[in-house]
Amino acid sequence: MTNKINFSKFFNVANIFSVLVVLISILFLFFKGLNYGVDFKGGTLLEIRIENKNIQIQEIRSALNISELGDVNVKEFGKEGDFLIKFEMNANKNKKFIADLKSIISKKINTGVNFRRVETVGPKVSSELLEQGVIAIALALGAMLFYIWVRFEWQFSLGAITALIHDVIVTLGIFSILSFEVNLSIVAAVLTIVGYSMNDTVVIFDRIRENLLKYSKLKTNEIADISVNETLSRTVITSLTTLLALFSIFILGGEILKGFSFAMILGVIIGTYSSIFVASPVLNYFKVTQKTLLKDDDI
Amino acid sequence: MLSFTKIKVLSIYLILILTIFLASLNIKNNNLINKKINLGLDLQGGSYILLEIDTKPLVNQKLQTKVIPIKKLLNKNEINFKDFSVSSNNITLSIEKEQQDKFKNIFFKRQENTVNNFISEYNKFELDLEFNQNKAFIKFSNFGLISLNNAALKQSIEIIRRRIDDVGTKEPTILQRGDKRILVELPGIDSPTRIKELLGKTAQLTFRLVSKDDSFGSEKLILSENNEELTVSKRVVVSGDNLVDAQPQFDNQSNQPLVRFTLDRQGAQKFGKITTENVGRRLAIVLDNSVISAPNIREPITGGSGTISGGFSFQEATDLALLLRSGALPAPINIVEERTVGPDLGRDSIEAGMFSLIVGFILVIIFMLIKYRIFGLVSNISLMANLVMMVGILTLLEATLTLPGIAGIILTVGMAVDSNVLIYERIKEELKTEKTIIHAFDTGYNKAKITVIDANVTTLIAAVILFIFGSGPVKGFAVTLGIGITTTLFSAYFIARHLTSVIVLNDKEGKYFKL
Repeated sequence: MTNKINFSKFFNVANIFSVLVVLISILFLFFKGLNYGVDFKGGTLLEIRIENKNIQIQEIRSALNISELGDVNVKEFGKEGDFLIKFEMNANKNKKFIADLKSIISKKINTGVNFRRVETVGPKVSSELLEQGVIAIALALGAMLFYIWVRFEWQFSLGAITALIHDVIVTLGIFSILSFEVNLSIVAAVLTIVGYSMNDTVVIFDRIRENLLKYSKLKTNEIADISVNETLSRTVITSLTTLLALFSIFILGGEILKGFSFAMILGVIIGTYSSIFVASPVLNYFKVTQKTLLKDDDI
Repeated sequence: MLSFTKIKVLSIYLILILTIFLASLNIKNNNLINKKINLGLDLQGGSYILLEIDTKPLVNQKLQTKVIPIKKLLNKNEINFKDFSVSSNNITLSIEKEQQDKFKNIFFKRQENTVNNFISEYNKFELDLEFNQNKAFIKFSNFGLISLNNAALKQSIEIIRRRIDDVGTKEPTILQRGDKRILVELPGIDSPTRIKELLGKTAQLTFRLVSKDDSFGSEKLILSENNEELTVSKRVVVSGDNLVDAQPQFDNQSNQPLVRFTLDRQGAQKFGKITTENVGRRLAIVLDNSVISAPNIREPITGGSGTISGGFSFQEATDLALLLRSGALPAPINIVEERTVGPDLGRDSIEAGMFSLIVGFILVIIFMLIKYRIFGLVSNISLMANLVMMVGILTLLEATLTLPGIAGIILTVGMAVDSNVLIYERIKEELKTEKTIIHAFDTGYNKAKITVIDANVTTLIAAVILFIFGSGPVKGFAVTLGIGITTTLFSAYFIARHLTSVIVLNDKEGKYFKL
């Protein structure tokens, strides 16, 4: 490659930056928490479309001023006349409830209402779903750790996992800061991010390993620099094509996929950053050299 | 890496043609092979309902049935006991210490044990017996509870299936989920209110006499027609178990909807006897602890057939008849999760999903064409092949396509070019050092291979874990992502590589090598 960028020069600054961002994310996750959707919190979600498009959101809010619903949240959802309603009550306690609610709203705002989507999750199921989501992410991280450990050395494995944990925490941290809803599809997005970021890291690590064997005299940082530069065009092109596809979903894929594609876009950017600026410096901290590879080969 | 034997080339393109054929099954109906990608409930509209059975009342009910056999057993073996009582989950009684061992031996006898069934499946007894001082505690063993639970779940699934089939929904799915839950998927249902009401009712029907006074063995129940409080005997004359048929009808005189029921022989005999002996008294028809109606017995009913009227609408009469025909659930059932998508939202989702897929696809194709020229074209052909193969395999597996599944396909499109990018970038590097072009391509493919596999395996791990832990639509995402990785590897390492080799081997002057 001709365009040589001295990445290792920025390693220290980037690491301080990363640690700060992770700390801020953890603080937010700890004190503000995540805005869980009905999947994880329990309750009821309604996506409605009203016939009279002139109805304002305030009118729907006041129509839903029914004490038994608990905390009610109404927001506009995509097209004009489409709204997303969430409330705490588990609508399945009374089997006719949804049908009754439909006629109540319709009567109060005096226009036809179409319930396009109804999701009700009981408290037990929602806590199970949350638990499963956490287990799935932890398991994915564990499996990746193991795979890299088998394919490379333990230092690489540690570097990769540090990058992955960084990605997961920062993505969730941004969701916490922006109060974006976290539901089942966000868990899917986080897992895909883990896969994607890993993919990126592996490509660089592969090259670092190759170069470690090629150049015996160079320091870890110099090797990392060469390797990142050599794979840089691939990293950029792949991120670009993936982002093209993701932006296409984000803009054109409809409201339901918005959260998912937003998480993925964040993840691709964070994952690309972390492969270069988190995973590679970790190798430097462990002073990985040619000897590390050769020593392990003897065992 | 650039040489292909004829057989290899033939099989690569045979596989491609096969998947193209499979993919085409979705467009035109083929009578020979009836395979298609199913649309998930989020795309075609419908209801997903997760039910959970509550076995607690069942445990108590089953304990009640043990009371008489246990007392009989004790009496028969001349074991003295007192303070016999039944609580929600155990039976307690007092037995003298000297007789406790004797009771234990009889209680855990393997042969001809009418009280405590031996479950050969688990090699354990149904009931546990514990002593504390002179108190004895009898309760269900863990295995007894499991077999009770399993039997109740199986029976519930059967009854739910009957109820749903009776309503006439198209292609319902009813599956066991875990050891307490039942998953019901109803495609095409817009408003599941009626089904939910039908599923939630235990539908335990009993005919019981109304008592004159608050004597022992009676309970107070509400007559739903006019909220009158009735004292109803706990003794069941005939229950829903004896029912063979129930149909909605209109009354000849008043034209009111009612339900006509037919009893089996045993039920008819009992019903005849009771109605003969109790002419003039009221008979309560009790459904799930509320009295539907309590008519006077005007004359003996010996034909084994009668009617229930309770001021129903015709819909209510139809539903009641349906519930009675399908039988009572062994335990109450609660809805713990419900997701319903209307058909118009499903349509919108497909449109938006497909549109964004096409746009994303075109963007990636243009990008690759600009970046790699003729090899961009190769990569694009393999990308298209990749997409067709994905659809083909999804068809072969008759997989369910969900909205997140479409997102998975789009993501694959974005990531699929990665393999080709990795390879081309590697070849570019090799071109600087290698003497011949063919050599550069050869080593490029060879060296990139490990990286490509490593990179894809990691994504595959994520997809597999998603598949195991994901539910519903998320599972659909995992399926398309996983299949996408496989087809990506195939199209990059066979189709794209073969096309590249054709170009490289035919281009002696090297005019295409501006990668």
